[in-house]
Amino acid sequence: MNQSELAKERYLELVKKATPNSKILKNCVKAFIIGGLICCLGQFIHAVLERFGLSKTEVSSYTSIILVFLGAFFTGIGWYDKLGNFAGAGSIVPITGFANSVTAPAVEFKKEGFILGVGAKMFIVAGPVIVYGTLASVLVGLFYFFTR
Amino acid sequence: MKELVLEYLKVFVVGGLICVIGQILLDKTKLTSARILVLFVVAGCFLGAIGIYEKLADFAGAGATVPLPGFGYNLYKGVCAEIDQNGFLGVFTGGIKAAAAGVAAAIIFGFLASLLFNAKEK
Repeated sequence: MNQSELAKERYLELVKKATPNSKILKNCVKAFIIGGLICCLGQFIHAVLERFGLSKTEVSSYTSIILVFLGAFFTGIGWYDKLGNFAGAGSIVPITGFANSVTAPAVEFKKEGFILGVGAKMFIVAGPVIVYGTLASVLVGLFYFFTR
Repeated sequence: MKELVLEYLKVFVVGGLICVIGQILLDKTKLTSARILVLFVVAGCFLGAIGIYEKLADFAGAGATVPLPGFGYNLYKGVCAEIDQNGFLGVFTGGIKAAAAGVAAAIIFGFLASLLFNAKEK
């Protein structure tokens, strides 16, 4: 009796110890699969566009544009958030997630008007990305300029 | 056929792993998704500058370019190309020019979505 209770307690303790990590592992597997699949979609779009005889830069730019469109569209119809609940970083890290970070607040804050709602809130995540991305590009640009 | 499978396998694994890094940061640290996106873009830019990301992109194609570090790598490529063409001015124009297509697309389609769709009642 006493022993079985003790065993139970120890078991619960073990469960408690193991749960967060196995949850993280599970999240990582989901992120891996969805993130990988989104990249494969990008690779496929890239391969199709290459057949149209576009230049290399054009192909990669149009691939990004199409992925951004898909991210915005599926955010608009509400599917991307569902995917996000499942995939976590798997849907945040690809460029479709960047599109989602622009579209979701744009739709959500529409009720606050088109200037300070849609126009401003659009950049709640994309803004910092652009700011620090640009700053990083200036730094590496300076380095490249003086060392090339 | 075998080559094609291998190609997509590389894309899948590398793209998936970059997302796993994001997931670990999300679960193990207090970083929000916005901070992770900023971190990834900046990291991609610097990894581009030291020549690592180009190798990754050659190896894994969209597996390296579709995740946000690929966006940062693109900034790096853009700024170098602009400097080669326009000299010092490229330091200012290169990054934003390279980001232009993606950012403009996000603005255009995000705006259109806000016209067409309404936020769900919570």
